[in-house]
Amino acid sequence: MRLLALDTSTEYLSLALHLDGRVLTRELHAGQTHSQRILPLLRELLDEAGLAMTDLDGIAFGAGPGSFTGLRIGCGVAQGLAFGAGLPVVGVCTLLALAEASGADQVIACLDARMGEVYHAVYRRQGDAWQEVIAPGLYKPEAVPALEGAGWVGIGSGWASYADILQAAYPAQVSSTQPDRYPRAQEIVALALPVFAAGEGRPAAEAAPLYIRNKVALKTSERAKMAGLK
Amino acid sequence: MIILGIESSCDETGIALYDQEHGLLAHALHSQIDMHAEYGGVVPELASRDHVRRTLPLIQRVLDEAKLTLADIGGIAYTQGPGLAGALLVGTSIAESLAFTLNVPTVGVHHLEGHLLAPLLEANPPAFPFVALLVSGGHTQLMRVGGIGDYTLLGDTLDDAAGEAFDKTAKLLGLSYPGGPAVSRLADRGTPGRFKLPRPMLNSGDLNFSFSGLKTAVLTLVNDHSNADGILDERTKADIALEFQEAVTEVLTAKCMAALRETGLDQLVVSGGVGANRQLREKLTRATKRRLCHVHYPRLEFCTDNGAMIAFAGAMRMQHESNGDHGFSVRPRWDLASLQRPPA
Repeated sequence: MRLLALDTSTEYLSLALHLDGRVLTRELHAGQTHSQRILPLLRELLDEAGLAMTDLDGIAFGAGPGSFTGLRIGCGVAQGLAFGAGLPVVGVCTLLALAEASGADQVIACLDARMGEVYHAVYRRQGDAWQEVIAPGLYKPEAVPALEGAGWVGIGSGWASYADILQAAYPAQVSSTQPDRYPRAQEIVALALPVFAAGEGRPAAEAAPLYIRNKVALKTSERAKMAGLK
Repeated sequence: MIILGIESSCDETGIALYDQEHGLLAHALHSQIDMHAEYGGVVPELASRDHVRRTLPLIQRVLDEAKLTLADIGGIAYTQGPGLAGALLVGTSIAESLAFTLNVPTVGVHHLEGHLLAPLLEANPPAFPFVALLVSGGHTQLMRVGGIGDYTLLGDTLDDAAGEAFDKTAKLLGLSYPGGPAVSRLADRGTPGRFKLPRPMLNSGDLNFSFSGLKTAVLTLVNDHSNADGILDERTKADIALEFQEAVTEVLTAKCMAALRETGLDQLVVSGGVGANRQLREKLTRATKRRLCHVHYPRLEFCTDNGAMIAFAGAMRMQHESNGDHGFSVRPRWDLASLQRPPA
């Protein structure tokens, strides 16, 4: 199978081409320049492989959670590319991509969600697949859900921004952390491969970001209620 | 060449196909008005999220309607600004990546240029040069349009846009969002002559506008005529709405006529959401007729945001400008006067 994967959910820009087992990648610290750089970088990668978009079998993207703007660039680009080439898409959770990158079997993935919160999920490897122990959620770092056992590996930017608080939340559980890791296309493509192989890729129009943080504004009725409480 | 147009600058996803030889082939729109109504106004983050859901299905719909496939698209035009950054980015991302795959050129269109040129989509379009009134929730501008990319600002609002004044007045009268159409409907039931609101800047001697004082005057009327419980009776509401609409449309009409006089031109083009206001259209039609001028409007559905005007403006510029490497960016603030004429 020939697959493209992309991730723009963090300040990094990550691309991967999976060509029947061989993987070509591009990684760069894009800051806020993802939109300027993603398609030229993809051109470079396709040229290196000697391929056109229509030679591919599917497109995977980091669906989120992450920066809202980043998620929409990634999803929008995945939609446009896939729609144009008539390819199926698979969105992969960025927290799961972190777990896949960890090299560990028990993972607490945490991404800095800004506004004093983290995106958080817990996974355990079972054979070739990941079991979701705690589903992706949005928490204050001091209020992350409790976890049993020991030997968990903490991964992701949340472990950099809130190292002390998260360590205190899992004092006996966490054995080591990898705070500098970010969701990468090469893990996203690895996670998407079995989904595409099972014929479960979706039409481009169904590609959707995974925001997690869904309460972004108050309705007029809710504002009135809050004013009434004051 | 067939141009796909994508508009996503605010709360409407607009898609269209325009053929440089045969004109507009198909267009489709999804309005988010109902979604934002619960919040009392446009929530930018929610607008962006909705564009992600709507864009591809609408592209498929216009292709189906025109009985075309993606292979027939020769270029893609998209609104690059001004507007909500996140919303613009959705249309831009999809446009550039789709063009990347289809290997066709793209052009980023200025949203207001789209509005300015929208009347050219109609039969009997105005010929350059003309005076344009761009009047919406975000803009109240008079411009001299010498040609594509030749825009001279003649007058602008010093504070609120006319559409914004409609929205704020609607709120004061307890009407729902969006306020413009609601105020107009209520005004239809009002009695002329009961109230007298100021005509701001009517005799300012220039072509500028100011509408924030009008809103304050409405507030004073509302306070003076509300009962002890702060309730305004329906008849008074309708009378205020009528007088407010009279004041706004009278000033807009007078400034348009002054702009025609000053430029010596005899054609007026009106676009933007407030351009759909019936009272304004009646006044402008009467006034221009008296002076042997012509007024042009886009059809009602192209007064507000739409994909057709973006496809059209893109078609005017496509052969000259093309985004080669498909690196993209948005321009949430973008001065219309900075646009250039396309090279001949």
